[in-house]
Amino acid sequence: MRSVYMAELEELNKKMISMGMLCENSVAKAAQSLVGLDRDLAAEVVAKREEINREEREIENFCIRLLLTQQPVARDLRMISSALKMVTDMERIGDQSTDIADVVRASSLQKIPEGLNFREMAESVIHMVTKSIDAFVNQDAVVADAIISYDDVVDSYFDSIKGKLVGLLKNDKSDTTDMLDLLMIAKYFERTGDHAVNIANWVIFSVTGENRGVQGK
Amino acid sequence: MSTILDVEKLNLWYGDHHALKDINVEIPKNRITALIGPSGCGKSTFLKTLNRMNDLVAGVKIEGDVLYNGQNIYDPSVDVTWIRKQIGMVFQKANPFPMSIYDNIAYGPRTHGIRSRVRLDEIVERTLRDAAIWEEVKDRLKKPALGLSGGQQQRLCIARALAVEPDILLMDESTSALDPISTGKIEELAQQLKEKYTVVMVTHNMQQAARISDECAFFLLGELVEFSATDKMFSTPTDKRTEDYITGRFG
Ligand SMILES: Nc1ncnc2c1ncn2[C@@H]1O[C@H](COP(=O)(O)OP(=O)(O)OP(=O)(O)O)[C@@H](O)[C@H]1O
Ligand SMILES: [Mg+2]
Repeated sequence: MRSVYMAELEELNKKMISMGMLCENSVAKAAQSLVGLDRDLAAEVVAKREEINREEREIENFCIRLLLTQQPVARDLRMISSALKMVTDMERIGDQSTDIADVVRASSLQKIPEGLNFREMAESVIHMVTKSIDAFVNQDAVVADAIISYDDVVDSYFDSIKGKLVGLLKNDKSDTTDMLDLLMIAKYFERTGDHAVNIANWVIFSVTGENRGVQGK
Repeated sequence: MSTILDVEKLNLWYGDHHALKDINVEIPKNRITALIGPSGCGKSTFLKTLNRMNDLVAGVKIEGDVLYNGQNIYDPSVDVTWIRKQIGMVFQKANPFPMSIYDNIAYGPRTHGIRSRVRLDEIVERTLRDAAIWEEVKDRLKKPALGLSGGQQQRLCIARALAVEPDILLMDESTSALDPISTGKIEELAQQLKEKYTVVMVTHNMQQAARISDECAFFLLGELVEFSATDKMFSTPTDKRTEDYITGRFG
């Protein structure tokens, strides 16, 4: 048994969980700042971005060192290279949350119009982010597959919100800038779901060796 | 991809000890096949059955066939000397003859009838260069081979095996005693050789197997557990025992 190596693989898992929690938090707080139009909370999300970036670099360095010193093969190699790819998507999730928070902070929005399901959409996205990291930690391809299918739910929320915003824009009483801000926010949530799908694809690679590639724009 | 060695239902006993259990494998021509597995699993034993080196061991019993280009090398009519010329071997422990460096290399070609000094000089230089040792020994070719360092002796033995131009080269941990530079040269040599020859090598170095072999065989307790393309073996092995071994989760 290579006990030092086993401990290092465990350490990698812990680091992934910790970065995953930061991402999840970042999405959740961005959503909360939107729903409550809480500009202070939005500022907090923006401030946390650097921490996520730092964790990304730390995990990258850790993986590169593992590749160099332990020369992993088979499932270990797949796991470490997946982690190396996943952190890019995780970091992008942090970016999307920051973008959402930035819009909330800068917009003049006073109230989110009735009937826009941002809360539900955000919950679905957070679910995807959490589950994709869980799937990695447990090396569970079944959960990863479920996340990939679940992306349709997020996409349909996006379509629904977009449709409603178009309706509101046709109505002279709503503010065009506010509506466009909300459309961008919906798009950022939708992109966050895509990053969770990418993560899930890397989990499937890690478990099975099958490389399905990642979602484009 | 054609098969050069076709091993069928091979079993080997050292007295009561069943050292190779029902091995079936097709070794492809012009490829590097690596044999891996824990110490004592039968890699060297298997390698030696491929050119009948085990015939020399007392109390050994061998069953099954090894077909070299379709011909069973265990057929009584087969000329064993011819087999060992066609299928050369570099042993786990370097074993230079107690003679000069030059004569170690020239020995094989001479027994095969090459007498011309010019021809022999040419063979000695070329094979010593191929085995990445020429620069170290070119000024002392007439000195005893036993005066070389362990790693130099190993490379000399590789050169000696090449000198008779075998069809297949069997290498048993031939780089385990070498520094990274010589190892790199031998690996490069093996990769060049496969244009003309077939190489079967035992190695304990996973990275070496992954780096240079095309096919890989994993042995455990006398059994051939898995035989597959090296890329496949080191990315997604089929058998859990293979995975546990190559990832270091063994025992
Ligand atoms: N000449 C012999 N007489 C009796 N038993 C032998 C002989 N040679 C090998 N064995 C036994 O056969 C088994 C396989 O040995 P072999 O040398 O093929 O292992 P190996 O895989 O090459 O190991 P290593 O990696 O240590 O070189 C071992 O249990 C060994 O003790
Ligand atoms: Mg051996």
